[in-house]
Amino acid sequence: MAISFSGIVALLILSLAAPAIAKWRIASPTIYGAALVISAVLFVNAALRVGSPAADCVLPLGLPWLGAHFHFDSLAAFFLAVTNLGGAVASLYAIGYGRHESAPGRVLPFFPAFLAGMNLVVLTADAFSFLLAWEFMSLSSWGLVVSHHRNSDNVRAGYIYLVMASFGTLCLLLAFGLLAGSDGSYAFDAMHSAHDHTLAALILVLVLLGAGSKAGLVPLHVWLPLAHPAAPSHVSALMSGIMTKIAVYAFIRVVFDLLGPPDWWWGVLLLGIAAATTVLGVLQALMEHDLKRLLAYHTVENIGIIFIGLGLALAFRANGMVFAAALAFTAALLHVLNHSVFKSLLFFGSGAVLSATGERDMERLGGLIHRMPQTAFLFLVGAAAISALPPLNGFVSEWLTFQAVLLSPALPQWGLRLIAPTAGAALALAAALAAACFVKAFGVTFLGRPRTERANTAQETDRFSRSAMIALAAICLLLGILPGLAIDWISPATVEMVHGQMPVQRFLPWQTIIPIAQSRSSYNGLLVFLFIAASACLAAAAIHRFASHRLRRAPAWDCGTPSTTPLTQYTASSFAQPIRRVFGSVVFRARECVHMPAPGNTSAARLEVEMHDIPWEAIYAPLAYGVSFLSERLNALQFLSIRQYLSFVFLALVFLLLVIAIWS
Amino acid sequence: MHSLAFDIAHLLAGGLVLVSFMMLYQDRMYALINVFALHAVLLAVSVAWQALVQDAPHLYITALIALVFKATIIPAALRRIVERLDIHREIETVVGTGLTMLAGMALVALSMVVMLRVTAAADPLAREDLAFALSIVLLGLLMMVSRRNAVSQVIGFMSLENGLVLAATGAKGMPLVVEISVAFSVLIAFIVIGIFLFRIRERFDSVDIRALDRVRRERL
Repeated sequence: MAISFSGIVALLILSLAAPAIAKWRIASPTIYGAALVISAVLFVNAALRVGSPAADCVLPLGLPWLGAHFHFDSLAAFFLAVTNLGGAVASLYAIGYGRHESAPGRVLPFFPAFLAGMNLVVLTADAFSFLLAWEFMSLSSWGLVVSHHRNSDNVRAGYIYLVMASFGTLCLLLAFGLLAGSDGSYAFDAMHSAHDHTLAALILVLVLLGAGSKAGLVPLHVWLPLAHPAAPSHVSALMSGIMTKIAVYAFIRVVFDLLGPPDWWWGVLLLGIAAATTVLGVLQALMEHDLKRLLAYHTVENIGIIFIGLGLALAFRANGMVFAAALAFTAALLHVLNHSVFKSLLFFGSGAVLSATGERDMERLGGLIHRMPQTAFLFLVGAAAISALPPLNGFVSEWLTFQAVLLSPALPQWGLRLIAPTAGAALALAAALAAACFVKAFGVTFLGRPRTERANTAQETDRFSRSAMIALAAICLLLGILPGLAIDWISPATVEMVHGQMPVQRFLPWQTIIPIAQSRSSYNGLLVFLFIAASACLAAAAIHRFASHRLRRAPAWDCGTPSTTPLTQYTASSFAQPIRRVFGSVVFRARECVHMPAPGNTSAARLEVEMHDIPWEAIYAPLAYGVSFLSERLNALQFLSIRQYLSFVFLALVFLLLVIAIWS
Repeated sequence: MHSLAFDIAHLLAGGLVLVSFMMLYQDRMYALINVFALHAVLLAVSVAWQALVQDAPHLYITALIALVFKATIIPAALRRIVERLDIHREIETVVGTGLTMLAGMALVALSMVVMLRVTAAADPLAREDLAFALSIVLLGLLMMVSRRNAVSQVIGFMSLENGLVLAATGAKGMPLVVEISVAFSVLIAFIVIGIFLFRIRERFDSVDIRALDRVRRERL
């Protein structure tokens, strides 16, 4: 624990020192290098702590009668490991990427502060310090979102982020207030006692709103695709890959740890929201042609997958099915780890593309595999992992989630028995659509021919960025072929939260994982990997031997492909069109119409696509309209005379006295 | 002795409420100032009586302040202001006198109900005193709300403050009573000086409301 504290303090000192040295030429490598070292130490410390007995500590900070409570158990250690792994790799990436930063003075102070804030949230064990750390994390990341504040889109993103973050914190504040009760203490230890059913339900809803708005549950996800891409790419990776996981941690801490035994319908609520989040996230990602926004929408999808696991764990736990709960919970935690790894990798890849070409719009990229072959390959690994392709890590956690879904027929309540397979179907749909989406993202960005001059002249990214991406890709592969080690590593956290654990996987032959029983299902990532590697090598050799080297004659008119302009290629929107046709009319109220010029008119035909962002239009736009309408009305209150203000005070006083007179 | 002490305190506090009512229906500036001076004198007597009963000599200071400052200096200053500003003719009330009196009675009833119910466990002496003090505060507020003139609003504020001092002295062992009364007196002095020196009557929509309207039209 002492190591964690010194690490956090060191990060804060780094953050304070940053403005002083920001003018130096080596400021950015210094800061990021120091952050890398600190995060790496914190990562090793946390990773080794999983499974050790919990440690407590009270420091005389914060409120005088409360102090600052800290608690370091296996769950916290797991999330700290995820956080600091991401932090370390992002720092490594930023040593190279930070050179392209136009205004390092706006990024450098906030980056270590953001890392420190995320570490603090996980360690705190009382409501006051938790909310303080939570807000610190939100505000420091806000500073990073608006670091390029000349761009009006970024300012808007920052504004929406700030509003959503305050809303979330307000909900968490109320939740903790209810947890503590009227005379309760604000330390987490004192909140463990059982809570009244309606009160617990209210707390659950508040935490769903509070943590869900940070994690990006539908319909609270609107700020993610705005704010995450607005930040510099290494920060996007942290916000998307790590900060959303901190929100998942907050949810787990309150609902699984503090709230006591769950009701069965909590699972229904959670699964419904999670299924909607998963499908909507991936569909919006498919419609998106901005590389970083696409990735942010995929974060929404993956948060949905994590919450499907958590919802199943709650449902099983409410029915005393400890083993199944442990399986679902392990799947969720494993997906937390996996998503943080491959989402960081993908954001790094998009950051490399962005710094090489200055473009985020896929329609202006293309052919980058020739200019940036390593980045392309590493991005491909990340894309395969997020599309849940074996033998990479994304497959393992989604497969485990499916195994948990398959256990749901044993649940006694019909509501759960209906919603769990629905969530499973949503998960399957989302996995398929995610694969389609990344075929689009990779294909349009890296394959084909360059669509613009800048894409044509791109250079491979620097070696720090590449080494960060290589490290993440290696972790993706390792977690994919040795999942048993990860599952065993997570199991102490599972024991803490759902009082059960999956069977020990470590000693099974050939690193097979058997989540339930040998007769039901098993998966061996190592064998799959070897098979894929061998068959791919054989196929490549065969093609090379028998096809590539042969003399080929092609027709002169080759469907237009070898000649003319890059505009003849498949575009991102044309790739997404079939899916837009199938789902778009319902989910986005999409409409297409083709404007053909009149016969004899030589102007170009036009295809117009109209799409609606339903959550925004149905919830946020009316809300914003209502707020501005009310403030227009209340504006008149700014121009009253003193006597009229006094009348308001007087009437309020009389009203309150009347309330006392009537009620007491 | 105790019963007599209680009765006299009760009488004085009741007298203060009565004088508050008298202030409500005054429609001449000078008369209003005179009634306020009477209010302050009664307050001084009441506080002095509390000092005697509670054996708390520091309250004599408060009584002295009330007598010298509120009953003498401020009324004199206000009279000069009224002369200077030439507003001694009449007081523009917003609502009619009868309606104001009725509202005042309702407020006294309300404060009785609230106070007697909330402080059921308290010392009876303090209880009655608090109920009267709250009535005086509310009547002072009512006065501020129902007048347009800056000077009468200041008088309303001062009678409100008298109610606060009464409440503070009535409760036995209340800390910082003297300090509070001094602070309030300084505050009032500043307001009075403000009116006198800077003629801020426009801020109190006293003379020329059209000026305010003009500002508002510019803003909208």
